[in-house]
Amino acid sequence: MVDWTDAERSAILGLWGKISVDEIGPQALARVLIVYPWTQRYFSSFGDVSTPAAIMGNPKVAAHGKVVCGALDKAVKNMGNILAIYKSLSETHANKLFVDPDNFRVLADVLTIVIAAKFGAAFTPEIQATWQKFMKVVVAAMGSRYF
Amino acid sequence: MLTKHEKELIAKIWDKMIPVASDIGAECLLRMMTTFPGTKTYFAHLDIRPGSPHLRSHGKKIVLAIAECSKDISSMMVTLAPLQTLHAYKLRIDPCNFKLLCHCILVTLAAHMGDEFNPVAHAAMDKYLSAFAAVLAEKYR
Repeated sequence: MVDWTDAERSAILGLWGKISVDEIGPQALARVLIVYPWTQRYFSSFGDVSTPAAIMGNPKVAAHGKVVCGALDKAVKNMGNILAIYKSLSETHANKLFVDPDNFRVLADVLTIVIAAKFGAAFTPEIQATWQKFMKVVVAAMGSRYF
Repeated sequence: MLTKHEKELIAKIWDKMIPVASDIGAECLLRMMTTFPGTKTYFAHLDIRPGSPHLRSHGKKIVLAIAECSKDISSMMVTLAPLQTLHAYKLRIDPCNFKLLCHCILVTLAAHMGDEFNPVAHAAMDKYLSAFAAVLAEKYR
């Protein structure tokens, strides 16, 4: 079971409260596709992803970024129950979408960097550590139904 | 694989970090040790509290080595030879930790550069740091 201190809960809620999924989601997904181009294998139906500019301007990438990061909201609102919350999403990614679970860790790392770029020094080492603990739990939950 | 443009971009970014190497280096190390507590085991002989002179001087060494190497990335194997030997035979830091520090370097750069650390800069820097870490580990076995 995951233990959250009051300080950790309030750090995550505080950070998430200042984040707009509509802003951060598209940026994070675009960065994954640019920094790790092989991840484009999952998005062959998205149209032009041939250059960084094309990726950043692609409306399907933006829309999907909002969906993916929007799903984090459930975890933030249910920090004590993340494993259960993501059970069916994990099954979908494993058995229908066939997504390599290492990509969850990749997205988490890129999202952390996007948040750091947005908040600067306010994204302190302590807040980073708490956020990364939270993402580690999310990533583990998303990988939990892969057998 | 780094393009000519990416190599220039990387050198330009690290050049700006040289005057603030202690600050940047200390922050990278602090972020790494706070997020990944297992990495603290390599620093049991130092004072690693935030702001400590050990953290600043050690961080400075790391940033300057990365910056120096960025001036001529094609010669990485030659430039890093002494550091390869140091890490392989004396320090023997498990190379799995290199990617943890690389991630925290990216976070630190993002926090300091904001929008300027755009996706193209991020991609170039990630590739450079991955190559740096791989070369650093080459003499391990």
